[in-house]
Amino acid sequence: MNATPAPVDPPGTVATDAAAGGRPILRVSELRKYFRLRGGSGGVGPAYVQAVDDISFTVAKGETLGVVGESGCGKSTTARLLMRLIEPDDGEILLDGRDVGGRDGMSLRTLRHNVQMVFQDSYSSLNPRHTMAEEVGFGLTAQGVKRAEARRRANEVLEFVGLEPAIFADRYPHELSGGQRQRVNVARALALNPRLLLLDEAVSSLDKSVEAQVLNLLIEIKERLGLTYVFISHDLNVVRFISDRVLVMYLGKVVEIGPVEKVYGNPGHPYTRALIASRLSMDPRRRLDAAPVAGDLPSPINPPSGCRFRTRCPIAEPVCGSREPLLDRFGAEPAHLAACHALVPGSGHGQAPDREAGSALETGGNPP
Amino acid sequence: MNTPATHAGEAPARAVEPNKRIQRTYWQAARRRLLHDPVSMGCLGILSLIITAAILAPWITPYDPYTSSIVNRLKPILAPGFVLGTDELGRDMLTRLIYGGRISLLMGLLPIFIATLAGSILGIVAGYFGGKTNMVIMRVADIFFAFPSVLLAVGLAGALGAGVVNVLISLSLVFIPPITRVAEAATTQIRAQDFVEAARATGASAPRIIVGHVLTNVSSPILTYSSSLIGLSIVLASGLSFLGLGISPPLADWGLMLNTLRQSIFLAPVNAVLPGAMILIASVCFNLLSDGLRAAMDVKP
Repeated sequence: MNATPAPVDPPGTVATDAAAGGRPILRVSELRKYFRLRGGSGGVGPAYVQAVDDISFTVAKGETLGVVGESGCGKSTTARLLMRLIEPDDGEILLDGRDVGGRDGMSLRTLRHNVQMVFQDSYSSLNPRHTMAEEVGFGLTAQGVKRAEARRRANEVLEFVGLEPAIFADRYPHELSGGQRQRVNVARALALNPRLLLLDEAVSSLDKSVEAQVLNLLIEIKERLGLTYVFISHDLNVVRFISDRVLVMYLGKVVEIGPVEKVYGNPGHPYTRALIASRLSMDPRRRLDAAPVAGDLPSPINPPSGCRFRTRCPIAEPVCGSREPLLDRFGAEPAHLAACHALVPGSGHGQAPDREAGSALETGGNPP
Repeated sequence: MNTPATHAGEAPARAVEPNKRIQRTYWQAARRRLLHDPVSMGCLGILSLIITAAILAPWITPYDPYTSSIVNRLKPILAPGFVLGTDELGRDMLTRLIYGGRISLLMGLLPIFIATLAGSILGIVAGYFGGKTNMVIMRVADIFFAFPSVLLAVGLAGALGAGVVNVLISLSLVFIPPITRVAEAATTQIRAQDFVEAARATGASAPRIIVGHVLTNVSSPILTYSSSLIGLSIVLASGLSFLGLGISPPLADWGLMLNTLRQSIFLAPVNAVLPGAMILIASVCFNLLSDGLRAAMDVKP
């Protein structure tokens, strides 16, 4: 009786995703979402919150892409756009090279078979009137699976995330702890056999010990099912722990993207540097005396011109206000990109490296 | 074991046969809880008694409800031959109360049933889809809201003319806006929750999400509210009858009986109060039952 049926696709799909490392499962280009504000900003015409503004990135099959940034920088909006819970204003989201809708695009249903999402708030993300089996099986019945079959599969998936169905299947959310509820959240997403899982602050509301358990569970699930993760979090240590690559967002823009060790070891953008410096050290002798970034996030309704970070940037210069820096390669690693004038030779920024010097930032962004 | 994270030391000794276990849905569990509540069951018993008696009226009543008798006017209760006395025209009170239940309960239940159905649909649609849909539905409801419910009922019944069917229609229309409002408020609140978003993410259609997620959460406030309106509906219907806009004598109706016996309150106070007592018992039972229903539909103990 130890042959627990694993809630997996036929092995074929798993193998391809895990083995095909490198080929993008998801390609996002120039994605944009402005939210219209009611009543306008007091001036003329409607005002818009520029939640996500022209962001582009790819996610390779089988990798974990960490997305970090302050609250309000557009991380969750990006996740909801990827899931098509909200419609993008502009841009393209290609899953396996195919768009949703259109003539040869995939249906929304296919998208949602392939991409699933785990929500942050484990309280409001579970229906208080549904038992765990109902909650996990709901998506399946919605896709046309018979009730009894959905039940069976819900039990299977619950067991897979470490919740004994005999104990948990008929319980209600208020009878579960935060960690258990988050496991149910993961189970609900897994029930549909997705290949890409969007984890929106999936462990942020848990206490540290439970957070570690759920993180380990996520890593284990990823390995066993050959999944791809987009892991959104404000917690830099968690992102470093789980991610292969990191994407740093600031005010609706991507400011830096690259392999996790490169971004953490040799951050290019001043914002990334400040973020990484803001992590608390375990060593009391290395305590922080001053905040690495001062001030609040500017309003996304009227973001600063040029580089959006310039209002808080320690090395801002006039050029930063007049031109917007583009994501560009810097340093030795081709996959490591940042959007900062100070990194681009000939940009007009005082700290910009010489044209031939590619590694000026190895010294921490203060070239001679 | 094959699972990534089993609970420590939890041997799969009693292997579970998933389909053999008692797996209750939300509604099954709620029904079970309701059946175990003595107050609700008591009220349900009284109400079924009243309703059964009303349905079986021609076979169980000792007298004809319309034959008057000058000699037997206003006999007190427990008078020989008349357990609950007689009214101002000498008709048997018990008979008339049982017959009166037919129209009064119909006036209490049917308009509320229709209004709950229509109001819930309108309110849930308005709350779930929001935006312009919400604006149109709720502003129309606001227009009805501008009038006090009694005035609205009188106006509608006046416009439609007297008669049982017209009273039913006007009462239904009166109760739709408040129920719509309650349903809309509850739905808007549920709509903002992540689990609705999660259900959309699984690819479920709007009707399915409404049935599976919204209805389970909003039916409790809606049913509680609308069942509390049953008593009011009975009273409103009798008010309309009093104004000559509803049921006309000699038809028996608790409200109408209360109105006609009002004149004899000093001669036979107990007789005059009896129809009121019936309205009271029915309303209290409906309210307690709705309370029990709310408790049963609330999963938290």
